[in-house]
Amino acid sequence: MSILICGFCDIQIIYASGPIWFYGRFGVHCFKEVRGLEQNDLLVMEKINKKFPGVVALKDVHFFLRAGEVHALLGENGAGKSTLIKVLTGVEHMDSGTVLMDGCAISVKSPLEAQKHGISTVYQEVNLCPHLSVAENIYVGREPLKFGRINWKAIVQRAKELLKQFDLDIDVTKQLDYYSVAVQQMIAIARAVDVQAKILILDEPTSSLSNTEVDKLFQIMRMLKERGMGIVFVTHFLDQVYEITDRITVLRNGEYVGTYDTVSLPKVELIGKMIGKEYEELAGVSLSAVQQNTGKKYLRLEDAGSANIAHISLCFKKGEVTGFSGLLGSGRSEIARLLFGADKMTSGKAFIEEKEVHIADPLDAICHDIAFCSENRKKEGIIGDLTIRENIIIALQAKRGLGKAISYNEAQKIAEKFIEELAIKTPSADQKIKNLSGGNQQKVLLARWLATEPELLILDEPTRGIDIGAKAEIQKIVMKLAKDGMSCVFISSEMEEMLRCCSKMFVLRDKEVVAELTEDEIKETRIMEYIAGKEVEA
Amino acid sequence: MKKKRLKINNISLLIAVALLVGMYIAGANIYDRFGSVSTILNLFNDNAYLIVVSVGMTFVLLTGGIDISVASTLAFSGVLSAFLLEKGWSAGVVISLVLLIGAFGGYLQGYVIHTFGIAPFLVTLAGQFLMRGMCAVISTVSIPINNEFYKAAALGKISFTLESGSRPKLYYYVFIAVFVVFAAWYVLKYTRFGRAVYAVGSNEQSAQYMGLNVKLVKIGVYAINGFCAALGGVLFSFYTLAGYSLQNMGLELDAISSAVIGGTLLTGGVGTVIGSLVGVLIQGIIQTIVTYQNLNTWWTKVTFAGILCFFILVQRMVAIRAEKQKEA
Amino acid sequence: MKKLTNRMEFRPLVSLIIILLVCAVFSGGSFFEISVVEGHLYGRLIDILRNGSRYMILAIGMSMVLATGGTDISVGSVMAISGALACSIVDQRILGGLQGNVFAAIVIALGAGALCGAWNGFLVAKLKVQPIVATMILMTAGRGIAQLIADGKIVTITSDAYYYISGGYILGLPVPLFIAAFMLIFGVLITKKTAFGLAVESIGINADSARLSGIKVERNLWLIYIFCGVCAAIAGMIESAGIKGADCNNCGLMIEMDGILAVAIGGTSLSGGRFSLIASIIGALVVQTITTMILAFGVAPEVIRVFKALIVIVICLAQSPAFVAKVRNIFGKKKVVA
Repeated sequence: MSILICGFCDIQIIYASGPIWFYGRFGVHCFKEVRGLEQNDLLVMEKINKKFPGVVALKDVHFFLRAGEVHALLGENGAGKSTLIKVLTGVEHMDSGTVLMDGCAISVKSPLEAQKHGISTVYQEVNLCPHLSVAENIYVGREPLKFGRINWKAIVQRAKELLKQFDLDIDVTKQLDYYSVAVQQMIAIARAVDVQAKILILDEPTSSLSNTEVDKLFQIMRMLKERGMGIVFVTHFLDQVYEITDRITVLRNGEYVGTYDTVSLPKVELIGKMIGKEYEELAGVSLSAVQQNTGKKYLRLEDAGSANIAHISLCFKKGEVTGFSGLLGSGRSEIARLLFGADKMTSGKAFIEEKEVHIADPLDAICHDIAFCSENRKKEGIIGDLTIRENIIIALQAKRGLGKAISYNEAQKIAEKFIEELAIKTPSADQKIKNLSGGNQQKVLLARWLATEPELLILDEPTRGIDIGAKAEIQKIVMKLAKDGMSCVFISSEMEEMLRCCSKMFVLRDKEVVAELTEDEIKETRIMEYIAGKEVEA
Repeated sequence: MKKKRLKINNISLLIAVALLVGMYIAGANIYDRFGSVSTILNLFNDNAYLIVVSVGMTFVLLTGGIDISVASTLAFSGVLSAFLLEKGWSAGVVISLVLLIGAFGGYLQGYVIHTFGIAPFLVTLAGQFLMRGMCAVISTVSIPINNEFYKAAALGKISFTLESGSRPKLYYYVFIAVFVVFAAWYVLKYTRFGRAVYAVGSNEQSAQYMGLNVKLVKIGVYAINGFCAALGGVLFSFYTLAGYSLQNMGLELDAISSAVIGGTLLTGGVGTVIGSLVGVLIQGIIQTIVTYQNLNTWWTKVTFAGILCFFILVQRMVAIRAEKQKEA
Repeated sequence: MKKLTNRMEFRPLVSLIIILLVCAVFSGGSFFEISVVEGHLYGRLIDILRNGSRYMILAIGMSMVLATGGTDISVGSVMAISGALACSIVDQRILGGLQGNVFAAIVIALGAGALCGAWNGFLVAKLKVQPIVATMILMTAGRGIAQLIADGKIVTITSDAYYYISGGYILGLPVPLFIAAFMLIFGVLITKKTAFGLAVESIGINADSARLSGIKVERNLWLIYIFCGVCAAIAGMIESAGIKGADCNNCGLMIEMDGILAVAIGGTSLSGGRFSLIASIIGALVVQTITTMILAFGVAPEVIRVFKALIVIVICLAQSPAFVAKVRNIFGKKKVVA
């Protein structure tokens, strides 16, 4: 079997013994053989393209999955892994491209169709129904019937047996949200496995699991592999990649980098492929050594806690970039939210320049010269239908009080100043922010906070999902601000970025600060060890 | 890491049942003849149509939607039946026709809501006006019904004499309402569609990712609701033997609040039709007490709105507590 | 500066002009006749302005509520409450100590409106109940409360001072128009001269972002619902002064739909966001003109609801991106075929 692709347009012919499929419009074409398909290719995704407003999420991406292999899909945040998976499972629709399963072209329009084609998925966030029982969550939509009615007894019994394979001995008749996220994740996996699909997709399934649970999962994955199932495994943990996978496909910024055999690709090379030329471009960003650490304490927390985190004692100095590292859910965002009053402080004390302050909500924080960019740009950052100008001045307006509106002229002046300073690409300040690309939106949000002239700037994942150029620019801006005496907090799940920017680093694990590293102590291995929970002798 | 948590539906329903029993006992103690079988049977006799409408509403609320067009649909099917019967159509044809129209109207609303992503309350608000307007197009005055079948259905009843000498009675059409409750309970509990309703209400995105047919569910519940509203209209025309365009203004709130009081979460995913039945009976018992007390009938509305408020507060409180416990 | 056609007021204004032209053509010009009797202006247009003032006032309050992504369907009941309260006081049925003081009655009715709004605001902002359900409580209970205030009767009053609210004239123009103008100016001032308008819009577009940008979402929501309640109370008094009494069953019955319709015609997205009070006012005039026009053609007033429902459906569909995309698809395909 092979695929012929026209050199002029996107028409494709899939060849078995004779041509069996045509794609694209008819006309004059020049076919050249692109690639022979292997016999055991279970799934072939070719030239997948997907655009979102302002972003190209996937550009000519390929993906090949064999039966009976575990295939890692890797890439940094925003590389397009999730989008590719959503295209495959019918959640998103591709703009162009071909998907073949067992040599037949399929067009997946909804998750329901994907399931019918034998594609079963566990998504990054738990996607189950909190109000239904555990057993029902496993069987909803495909409940065993008896005389046309649902056989509840069988559901409960089968669910119990299934979960036993996962060493989960829980009451399956209890409501799902009675159990912790880790258990819920295992239940989601159990559901996906039980479907008896040909392809199993696991999108970051291990981020909320403990080591023993991960081992159990791997055991089951190996068993499914034996049965000839093709498993797509997305993860951030490279160790797990080397432990379980057979092949690796790397994506970078929505583009296809390549597919490799796991055993023949050393880790360093893999990281290089994931980070790619970004590495060189970003290397231009000045290092933390330049920073002027004035040593003046700006904000200090004493045994502070909110609904999400407790007993945090930290201190931020002026002219310093402080990083929080840790895994998702380790408490890094929770501390940021606590500092800003986005989550109400329920215990402990906060001091600004050694004076006790009470921060009850974001407005208080703003008035105390604190600024905060949430990790969720779309949901907690931009106000989509407002113009860039309004998005920039809104926090300043709130700080000054709503009593007197900032005049059009002043607002325009502020907006133009920041559009120029931060090089925001837009025809005018009248443009709606939702029409900008991710990177430019992020810059507008940065402008919003800089307009309030903060002393402490908290940036939670400011570079997530934006292109490299904008990434580098934002990093440079942060460095410059710190140099000018601002206290910055920088949170990112990209270690390499953190290493470059931060002059002080708090390492978090399980909602606790496990280490405070400064200057020379900030080394990747060391941070990783703390994150992993190995006690390091000082 | 296990957490103890109170199940919201149980609490709400528990309070509702306690309230119902409490009010009955209190009424029986205060008023003569209140604590009789008649009172209980009359609750069903007088509220059969509301029971049916509430059952339909429960389906919609379970998916997290809302439908405020039911009162108009009910009035429209009443007016249309009366009008067609007056023209000499046979009862069977008329009833099938209005039921079809109700279901189709619901289907259309559901289609617009799901396909175009417009807020349910806006779509159904428009539906409400459309149906009321259509009533007025047919007739702005009350049309009496003289059809034999309707009369038979209106008056046919089981009555028996108790030792005490009272003669409680139960109308036949109540059995339709009871059957609807039972059927809805069965569908919600024992069919894939029913469980999908809960799944969609609990988390629509998850339900979609799990491969459930969200479109079918969301449109289906509105169609069912439209059907129930039309059936309620038929029952109501049995009850009153007339069709009037301004009938039952505000009934949608009665239906919604019955469901809420019976433990249905407005955000979807939790609730039972049995609970909605309890909600309707509570409303009926308030009405009975107001009548016995010889008060302005508006007290019924005010009291019931107050009780609804109380139950919404309970729901919110339990939800907030659950959130806090989860975070802790 | 924005181009004229880009302004929110442009489209509603064009529709108003078109509808007026239609009226003019069908009535042969008599629609526009204005006569002067005893120094007062009379005519259909003046009627539209006078009768439309209720809608205008409601639309001002409703615009802000809808702009926050909420809704208030209790306005009709609030109108009934304020009308019943004011008339009962003027008629000395309750609070006899005030001796039927009209001014006191108005102030108390306004207070009641604010209280109703505060209640809605409490449910929506504090308890986070869905606006439709929260206001639905008051929608039903409110009419009952009004009935209880009026003791279940239609309160008729004889007070020229109170009649003046609806029937009076200033400079030859009806008084309600001035009240509406006052409310409009007040509304425009607080939304444009202060940053309240920006707060309302940002809450409607993205409440989470607004909160993190330092906007006090709860407090602002509360204020908006109170303002809407006050607007409804004013409209209720104008209506009761117009019929010289309070009819709790019919005062403001189903008027919430007209309010929402006016705002929707004014171009405010019903899911929250950009709003323009002036555009909403024009929308209210469109609603009133359609009503007057249909009445002038001798159609039963109840049937008007069908038209209004259709207009709302069309506007909703036009605002839905999914619908627009679908229509484009259909037309796009047709082009290929042709």
